[in-house]
Amino acid sequence: MSEAIEPEIDVDALKEQGIDLEVAERVAPERDITTKVGEALVQVQNLTVKFGGLTALDNVTFDINRGEILGLIGPNGAGKTTCFNAMTGVYKPTSGKVMLEGQLLNGLPQHKITRRGLARTFQNIRLFGEMTALENVVVGLDARHRTSVGGALLRLPTHVREEKTAIERGIALLEFVGIADHAHFLSRHLPYGYQRRLEIARALATDPKVLCLDEPAAGFNPAEKEELMALIRTIRDDGYTVLLIEHDMKLVMGVTDRIVVLEFGKKIADAVPKVIRDDPKVISAYLGEPEDDVA
Amino acid sequence: MSTTEGPTLIPDDAAAQEIAEREAKMRPRKGWFPGLGDKWNALPRQTQWLILIVVVVIAYLLPILNPPLITTEPGNNWQIALAQMSVYALIAVGLNVVVGYAGLLDLGYVAFFALGSYTAAMFTSPDSPYVHIPYLWTLPLAMAVAMFFGVVLGVPTLRLRGDYLAIVTLGFGEIVRILATIIPAMKGQVGFQNVGHPPGTDSAGQPIFLNSNGTPWYWFTLTIIIVVLLAAGNLERSRVGRAWIAIREDEDAAEIMGVPTFKYKVWAFAIGASVGGLSGALFAGQVGFVNNQKFDIATSILFVAAVVLGGTGNKVGAVLGGSLVAYIPLRFTAIAEFKYLIFGVALVIIMIFRPGGLLPARQSLLAYGRLAYNKIKGALGGTPASGKLAVEPGKGAGNE
Repeated sequence: MSEAIEPEIDVDALKEQGIDLEVAERVAPERDITTKVGEALVQVQNLTVKFGGLTALDNVTFDINRGEILGLIGPNGAGKTTCFNAMTGVYKPTSGKVMLEGQLLNGLPQHKITRRGLARTFQNIRLFGEMTALENVVVGLDARHRTSVGGALLRLPTHVREEKTAIERGIALLEFVGIADHAHFLSRHLPYGYQRRLEIARALATDPKVLCLDEPAAGFNPAEKEELMALIRTIRDDGYTVLLIEHDMKLVMGVTDRIVVLEFGKKIADAVPKVIRDDPKVISAYLGEPEDDVA
Repeated sequence: MSTTEGPTLIPDDAAAQEIAEREAKMRPRKGWFPGLGDKWNALPRQTQWLILIVVVVIAYLLPILNPPLITTEPGNNWQIALAQMSVYALIAVGLNVVVGYAGLLDLGYVAFFALGSYTAAMFTSPDSPYVHIPYLWTLPLAMAVAMFFGVVLGVPTLRLRGDYLAIVTLGFGEIVRILATIIPAMKGQVGFQNVGHPPGTDSAGQPIFLNSNGTPWYWFTLTIIIVVLLAAGNLERSRVGRAWIAIREDEDAAEIMGVPTFKYKVWAFAIGASVGGLSGALFAGQVGFVNNQKFDIATSILFVAAVVLGGTGNKVGAVLGGSLVAYIPLRFTAIAEFKYLIFGVALVIIMIFRPGGLLPARQSLLAYGRLAYNKIKGALGGTPASGKLAVEPGKGAGNE
């Protein structure tokens, strides 16, 4: 995997779109990850999801290594989002295992999976519309807070400390994704692109070991996609591991270190982008099976 | 989602203006007191406190002032009317936690009110064969009992959502009323006379807290309301309040962002129930008589109406809504018979012209949010924040 990691960042270009590496440093929390870089952080083993008679995900196995950007691609209906949902506890897998740092995630409530370190964004944006951008991020930060109802009621010192650091970190995270000057707007009033960025900031706020992005570039034009890819790279360089669902091939090829391809719920390929690009199975999955006479 | 909006990542003046315009458009500007909530939030802290102190002083003076036109006399005793209004206001504040913050439609809230009333009655009334304790002790006891039943009701039912939850709570409200009718110890329609009251006698040797004198009850309840409001404010601006609002906005997303949604829904139920129990105990003490007639479904709906009328999610609005719901039939005795008709019509009108309620105000969910937002706005007005996005003129105006 190591040959695929090439942290080539254009600091000035990043600055131009509001990504500040110094800020990134500040945002980076003390991460408590035992897995070494390059080793499997998440292991998905024989994951199967069935809805009634329909097998949406069929015996899928792959690893996510620490420090990489793993792309999960496939044509529409291939089971990408199902795989995501099964990993993050939205669906109960029919069989198979999902492990984070060797610990089984199956059967845990969703909020516990998030606290273990698997955060996600949504394909269709799901922000808390009546909250400001900053409050949205602080909800994510709350995942690591310890204040109880009593503590909040009596404003105990822990609560006060957490509230103060939450605001600092919240603003830092918004700066990191480049929308800090919109912190005070209700999230439902933000432009579409900002909402997408806010979702990423909110997921990062939960201090994940793995950040799962579900089609973060949906609805973006090519220029915006470029910017988003730069942001995703910065996130990775900042020490997060990223799982990226996307079906824009060009974009995935540009940013990922490794790609897992699904088709009809089955894994058909798992390799570095270069190899995937020339994989006949992948090509046929995207372009259709060539007829005998055409080939 | 707003996919129709032109996606913009790098803001320019036009984009900023667009947001500002959208903000302005989204806020309901029609009706009375336009933008009151925003104006209030824009005031400096000291001014806010000053206004609050004046309002509180006036509230305490109300029974003595007995303002003409506003007063409910000669139809109803003004002091007693105030006492009843304050109890309704407290109920609305409690129900607001459940309905307004966590977005759980509880149509059986009267059950907790009833539980509080019966707790106060059964431990203080001479009609009750049980242990008798001082009235003031029944207040925390009523809260505890109601809270316990809030959890008992919440744990199995809070897995339901929306309409289903409303139906189950509706059933719970009826169960408590029917139990009060059929359990002999709760004495059905006969009820309990001479419910206790706080201690203390005046110079003439008469108890201060008489059923016929509303003023001390009003002051007592008003004080409790202020304490409860402060507590609710503390919860609002903490992870608890944020969890509630997140659940109201999008429960699944909240869960995935690490909010233990079930736990916080049960907390909302429990806290709401305990305030309901407290108001029940106060009501029982003030009226001095408890039987099964006061806790029907219509009353429950009236409580919800009070919250919606005042402004769902706004605790101050809840106080206003609760007081109004109690006040209108007392003030306009001629139309008191039609109060449900009038509230129904009023709600329809309010939903059309002012869907946020009389005092729609967004909750501020950060304990030190003012500081943070000022910092951001300061950064916008001065040098660009950490040298990234260009400063947009007219931006501050979008938010004042």
